Amino acid sequence: MSRQFQERLVFLLITLAALATVTPIVLVVGYIAWKGLPAVSWEFLSAVPRDGMRAGGIWPAIVGTLYLTLGTGVIAVPLGVAAAIYLSEYAKDNSLTRAIRIAIINLAGIPSVVYGLFGLGLFVLFLRFGTSIVAGCLTLSIMTLPVIISTAEEALRSVPQSFRVVSISLGGTKWQTIWRIVLPQALPGILTGVILGLERAAGETAPILFTAAAFFLPRLPDSPFDATMALPYHLFVISTQVPGMPIQIQYGTALVLLVFVLGMMLIATVIRSRARARRQW
Amino acid sequence: MNAKIIIENLSVQYDDGTESLRGISLEIPANEITVLFGPAGGGKSTLLRALNRLNDLVDGVRVTGRILLDGENLLDPGVDVVALRRRVGMVFAQPIPLPLSVRQNVTYGLELAGVRHAGKLETAVEKSLRAAALWDEVHDRLNDPAVALSGGQQQRLCLARALALEPEVVLLDEPTSGLDPISTAKVEVSLQEIKRDYTVVIVPHSVQQAARIADRAAFFLQGQLIEYGPGKDLFLKPKDKRTEDYVTGRFG
Repeated sequence: MSRQFQERLVFLLITLAALATVTPIVLVVGYIAWKGLPAVSWEFLSAVPRDGMRAGGIWPAIVGTLYLTLGTGVIAVPLGVAAAIYLSEYAKDNSLTRAIRIAIINLAGIPSVVYGLFGLGLFVLFLRFGTSIVAGCLTLSIMTLPVIISTAEEALRSVPQSFRVVSISLGGTKWQTIWRIVLPQALPGILTGVILGLERAAGETAPILFTAAAFFLPRLPDSPFDATMALPYHLFVISTQVPGMPIQIQYGTALVLLVFVLGMMLIATVIRSRARARRQW
Repeated sequence: MNAKIIIENLSVQYDDGTESLRGISLEIPANEITVLFGPAGGGKSTLLRALNRLNDLVDGVRVTGRILLDGENLLDPGVDVVALRRRVGMVFAQPIPLPLSVRQNVTYGLELAGVRHAGKLETAVEKSLRAAALWDEVHDRLNDPAVALSGGQQQRLCLARALALEPEVVLLDEPTSGLDPISTAKVEVSLQEIKRDYTVVIVPHSVQQAARIADRAAFFLQGQLIEYGPGKDLFLKPKDKRTEDYVTGRFG
């Protein structure tokens, strides 16, 4: 086998491998859009479900997912960013820090249905929050924390150490240095991690299955302690639990969920690329 | 001699056992340029960083001895390190502008210290940029990002930034190592200006620079202070053979 032929063969194979990873994404989005678009109308987006969810819209599920995502953000972002600041800026390399890191890695590895069961035990039953938005947000927060912590820590660490030394040499305290220099520089990276974490929370079914989601609730939740419909769970329900379900409503719901999640991803990408262009180091 | 800083028996040791400085004693006069020079690894930068406790940022450093700034031991555990660093400013080898505008770089330290008064900040910006011989070049681009300046301008900005706090002592660690000869000359000229108001301690980036600017000079070799005295003496008639070998270029 000549070296030239070998060169071409390898190039061809790795190009095919790269294309192979793109294909499923294009196919999934294309297929869902093709099947789902006919179902999407103003009524579909803005009305409550009727007729045992076989007609009407998915408005309560959209709002529910929005509430769950925002609520998760309110809980997980401050906690996660604070933990990342601790790990990146304050933690010494000792057994406590190592224990925290191992905990975070393990947290990231737990299957999401286990979070759901844990949330049911702790938040729904023991703390008596009931099946509610609060219980769902808390459960999703625990699941989202590892993503936020590790990406935020990464972003903080990528800020050059020399900035910290300069700030300290100019009479800055550690916190002033973090607040005025390190955090602003790390912010785009942190935001990217936050959005990626929340995106996962928005799309998960298992953690809200026992903690927040209502099978059928054709109205908007009226308090944080109310249960709610949510897009992923609604999709699960109408795909498996309701006989005689028009197939296009299933694909329409899937499309809305996909747009919701991909939209968040797009925002993260825009933030990141804008910050890269502006970055001065 | 009016000693601003008195160093007594200063030793710095890292936790792997290596000693960076061994039993240094030295008096640094006010309003003069004191040059710390010698081959790499001699402990010059370590000494400089001891003077504003920047060594604190490195894990596992042991510093013993005393450093008296106006009679007060700044190695005392009870010393307010943040306040100390406002009195003892530092300029590093690489120009490291903070990711802010030119103006914000100069006012950064003052704002950290709680200065809010806009007029006061404006005055400080012009005054320190003039002292660093940079005002004429940047007065119409104060709101530009600091990284847009040339390397030489950035380094003078770093000097201005340190001067804005009106410290009593200015430490410079090879401040011209990354600069072209013209920018270097500008920095050296501004050093002659600022020594009227400040005590200047500098690690030069060459023996030639040491000889050009030194009022007093200290020669360091492998963590020890070999010889210390007026710059003229060290460079023209050194007492120690090792100093002579180094300044005449026989090693280093």
